[in-house]
Amino acid sequence: MRVLVLAKEGERSGAATPPTPEGMAEYEKFNGELVKAGVVVAAGRLSPSAVGKRVRFDGKKRTVIDGPFAEAKELVAGYWLWQVRSMDEAIEWLKRAPYEGGTFEIREVSQHEGA
Amino acid sequence: MNEFSDAHRAIEAIWRIESARLIAGLTRFVGEIGAAEELAQDALVAALEQWPASGVPEKPGGWLMATAKHRASDLIRRRKTLERKYEELGRDVERVRDGTDLDAAIDEDFGDDLLGLMFMACHPVLSKDARVALTLRVLGGLTTEEIARGFLVPVSSMAQRIVRAKRTLTEAHVRFEVPDGAERVARLASVFDVIYLIFNEGYAATAGEDWVRPALCEEAIRLGRILAELAPTEPEVHGLVALMEIHASRLRARVGPSGEPVLLLDQDRARWDWLLIRRGLAALERAEKLGGAMGPYALQAAIAACHARAATAAETDWPRMVALYDALAELAPSPVVELNRAVAVGMAFGPAAGLDLVDTLVGEPSLKAYHLLPAVRGDLLRKLGRADQARAEFERAASLTQNVRERELLQRRAAECAAEKIAG
Repeated sequence: MRVLVLAKEGERSGAATPPTPEGMAEYEKFNGELVKAGVVVAAGRLSPSAVGKRVRFDGKKRTVIDGPFAEAKELVAGYWLWQVRSMDEAIEWLKRAPYEGGTFEIREVSQHEGA
Repeated sequence: MNEFSDAHRAIEAIWRIESARLIAGLTRFVGEIGAAEELAQDALVAALEQWPASGVPEKPGGWLMATAKHRASDLIRRRKTLERKYEELGRDVERVRDGTDLDAAIDEDFGDDLLGLMFMACHPVLSKDARVALTLRVLGGLTTEEIARGFLVPVSSMAQRIVRAKRTLTEAHVRFEVPDGAERVARLASVFDVIYLIFNEGYAATAGEDWVRPALCEEAIRLGRILAELAPTEPEVHGLVALMEIHASRLRARVGPSGEPVLLLDQDRARWDWLLIRRGLAALERAEKLGGAMGPYALQAAIAACHARAATAAETDWPRMVALYDALAELAPSPVVELNRAVAVGMAFGPAAGLDLVDTLVGEPSLKAYHLLPAVRGDLLRKLGRADQARAEFERAASLTQNVRERELLQRRAAECAAEKIAG
């Protein structure tokens, strides 16, 4: 199964607090483990929400909203797409990640919908 | 109670993550897959006993390895004859007992061990079936029940197959090794073939009710990706991964609403997995950039890429596909490749040209029971307006396939030909 891992680190990412070299090295090491295990399908980090946009739908009406967005805790700072055999396996991998804060969300990608 | 079962599920997941490198490291130690697997399983049992109460250790892989190594030392101590091994092991165990080595046990680079285990499980001394079963068991971390289900054989037969495979390796004194040069190339080729066999059994199930068994495909792709990281300079490993990813991108589109097969040219391309296609094309590019002549997997991936790059079936670059099949037929000649080449020729230069080629294969002994020969012939005959002959070929193809879903599809095509005959 495929799972999407959303890093809800708030606005810690991006320009405000650039990751330390040690932090980056830790992350690279962990990501390397995942790649070697054949788990990573895709990954990316997101720019701060200040340069993000939202499009709100209301019937025929579309409203474009500029960032930054207020709900800091819910903001996604990065994502992974993993190929794993179970949600438990995804949890075990995620527990090994070298993070000291933030909430990470694991969501299964439905097999029957668009990729 | 709930905490208890949570711990068990966590342990199961950890086993899936750790078992291959655990067994690999232990096999290097004790020299035998069977003994290594038992040691790893003992460590798992210890974890099941201790972790629900003590909590999962911070480095569960290191814990399992250290526990298994302690047991390995006991085992080898009992086998007094293995003096040399004992001394090696004694040193290692002392390091682990110092407590300083526990982190290193998990941080250590297991790459070569995993490759050694792959080479051993895919050793040419074993039958193809045995290689597949043993690979899924020790490298995929699948249970015997899961493997038996994947290959539609009774659990007891699969268990026996695995036991026999391990015994064969021991009796043939197959060593745990990662050779260089030509030997390495040959051993890698054997691993490629085993992984692709697993993939194909999932992709075009040769028997049974289901047309595809995606779990086997996923397992094969995962093994391929692991191997690509272990041998990144080998062009063919990227060719193999590309081939599997591009094929797998169609998994969803090649099954209709009621489980029936949908052939490639009839598939809704919007339902293809474009992420896998992009990954597959990138892997193919990686293979090509490493240079040298393309191997059979890279060539097949390049053929699959012709379909993947075409936005509609009509836009397929058939002449390029014919050229790639020419190269493949030269490199790895086989009647099946010739048959596929005939299909491409039929699309590129008209059904009559394709039929001429297929007709030269009709007497081929190895294709006597191959259902796709009459299926392809039927298709070409139908395009030439020879509906009667086409119907007979589809019926023959239907009688030859072991897959229920595929048989239904072929019978339907035969019926369509009969209808065309009446309409014409």
